[in-house]
Amino acid sequence: MHSVIVENIIKTYGKKKEVAALSAISFEIPKGELFGLIGPDGAGKTTLFRILTTLLLADSGNARVDGFDVVKEYKSIRKRVGYMPGKFSLYPDLTVEENLNFFATIFNTSISENYDLIKDIYIQIEPFKKRRAGKLSGGMKQKLALSCALIHRPSVLFLDEPTTGVDAVSRKEFWEMLKGLKQQGITILVSTPYMDEAGLCDKVALLQNGKILSIHTPQGIVDDFSDPLWAVKSTGMLHLLNDLLALEAVKDAYPFGEFHHVVLKNESGKKELEQFVQSRAKDHAVMQAVKPDIEDCFISLMKN
Amino acid sequence: MRTLKFLLQKEFRQIFRDPSILRVILIMPVIQLLILPWAADYEMKNIKLAVVDQDHSDYSRQLINKITSSGYFILTDYTDSYNASLKQIERDKADLVLQIPDNFEKELVKEDEATLFMALNAINGVKANLGGAYLRTIIQDFNREVRTEWIQFPRFSPETQIEVVSSNWFNPLMNYKYFMVPGILVILLTMVGLNLAAINIVKEKEIGTIEQINVTPIKKYHFILGKLIPFWILGLVVLTIGLTISRLFYGIIPAGSFVTIYVFAAVYLLAVLGLGLLLSTFSSNQQQSMLLSFFLMMIFILLGGLYTSIDSMPEWAKWITRFNPVSYFIEVMRMVVLKGSNLADIKYHLFSMLGFAAVFNTWAVISYRKRS
Repeated sequence: MHSVIVENIIKTYGKKKEVAALSAISFEIPKGELFGLIGPDGAGKTTLFRILTTLLLADSGNARVDGFDVVKEYKSIRKRVGYMPGKFSLYPDLTVEENLNFFATIFNTSISENYDLIKDIYIQIEPFKKRRAGKLSGGMKQKLALSCALIHRPSVLFLDEPTTGVDAVSRKEFWEMLKGLKQQGITILVSTPYMDEAGLCDKVALLQNGKILSIHTPQGIVDDFSDPLWAVKSTGMLHLLNDLLALEAVKDAYPFGEFHHVVLKNESGKKELEQFVQSRAKDHAVMQAVKPDIEDCFISLMKN
Repeated sequence: MRTLKFLLQKEFRQIFRDPSILRVILIMPVIQLLILPWAADYEMKNIKLAVVDQDHSDYSRQLINKITSSGYFILTDYTDSYNASLKQIERDKADLVLQIPDNFEKELVKEDEATLFMALNAINGVKANLGGAYLRTIIQDFNREVRTEWIQFPRFSPETQIEVVSSNWFNPLMNYKYFMVPGILVILLTMVGLNLAAINIVKEKEIGTIEQINVTPIKKYHFILGKLIPFWILGLVVLTIGLTISRLFYGIIPAGSFVTIYVFAAVYLLAVLGLGLLLSTFSSNQQQSMLLSFFLMMIFILLGGLYTSIDSMPEWAKWITRFNPVSYFIEVMRMVVLKGSNLADIKYHLFSMLGFAAVFNTWAVISYRKRS
């Protein structure tokens, strides 16, 4: 049973349909999976979310959410999905409690009915329940938005860039909450521009310019990375990067923390790199082999 | 129903939590209603008059005395050169020049006939028109006085004379406040209703809450009704305040019944709010909808019959006024307040307004789309 099925969805913007936001996207999400949609700004993530939450009509293609067609059976979908838009969109002039109550009511339910589902999240903002939503901090706003999206016990949850603009600790907490929700059997589709969050999903789709570059488990994506990868550092990192890129054997080089990551075209390129590093001994150049992580994989996918 | 109840509760909470909006809704109309009617006066006063007296006779002085004592004119210049007076007009020191030529008295006595010359500054058309008319009436009056002084009355008057005496029905003293205040109240009510409704849905668009609302199973008409009803109630509150002010400060007691006014106002507010919501669904931010409602308001006021009579407009403009809800309400207000019209008298207006309300609101519900 698939919770979300997307088949050849195409969406273009502009009068002459000149801007392709999504070009023939297809994927499936099994029930209860935490599915990550990773991509830079403008990749088409929000467009896809808006189509799946029945806010936008696709130009062509089919999509089903929880077994219902997004065009014909949109009314059923609206009853059973939770959507948290990228921008904070609750009423800033209503209090935390009033917001939650309002959304519970328009879904014909009440806070007490589904309290067990949101308890872990809501308990953190409950001390501020008399505070107006507009006066909450970023992390608390996001917890409230998640509570509101969950209050009617949706079967599929859409989270559009929930962690953008949230501090590192809150981000970590947020992903913990998502794991908890997954255990309740809720299918979650989450988008993020941060690649380090991809590793926390069950499955990840990399979206760029409206196309899916790869869909795999995080481990699978890392395993697909076959080129040798080295980390190099010395003094004068900027010069070093330019010099590395000029090498014959180097496929790609990019800054990565305190090192530059160097992707070689093949194993034999190692020799050239070693020679290069030795020639820069006076600049304290060092090199070491590294295991690719998901970010390396995405950078290489995006550049090809 | 439960959904609607909660929608209303939410809207009212939001209204009452924004004290600045509430202040604008309730206090601004009060202040405007207290100030505007005193300034929006048809009667021209303080018309600046320059007299060119080249006669310097008894009669010329009598005439000038008569003009200045009428209260409408201020004598700003008294010369014997027409060119000097024209300079006064150019410098906006005078609105009217009255030239009393040489031999005015002599000719009047000898020839029974004398000419006067009047020059009007037509930059302010209303002032020139009315000022000229006033002056003409005063001079005619003066003329009659002079005649009676000179002509020895025979037993029967040798010339037939028709004298017209008019009486102002429904407003015997022609107190312009009686028809301006109800009109201004209508404008204020329209402004409050139209602007509030116009910015409301747009505000939800701007802060993004409409996205969240749209993915819920909420019904379109529930949502629109939830927006409409609070402002409808608020509009009736503004009307009540306005009517109270008219009574306390201007002593206006409607000749007709309050029920008639409220019944019409209830339907009228539905139409105006519907129009506002319609603008709201068409705009994507508050600037757009404010500008739209501002320009509409302009047309509504100028083609609403508040300041200028609709009957004297060109045919095409009369057609436009038929699509202007404000013109209906202004007319109804004046009919009820001054003439004491009842519901049967205003049924044409009432049905037209029901039509407006139905069209605007249906249109607003249809054009509010939960998906794009």
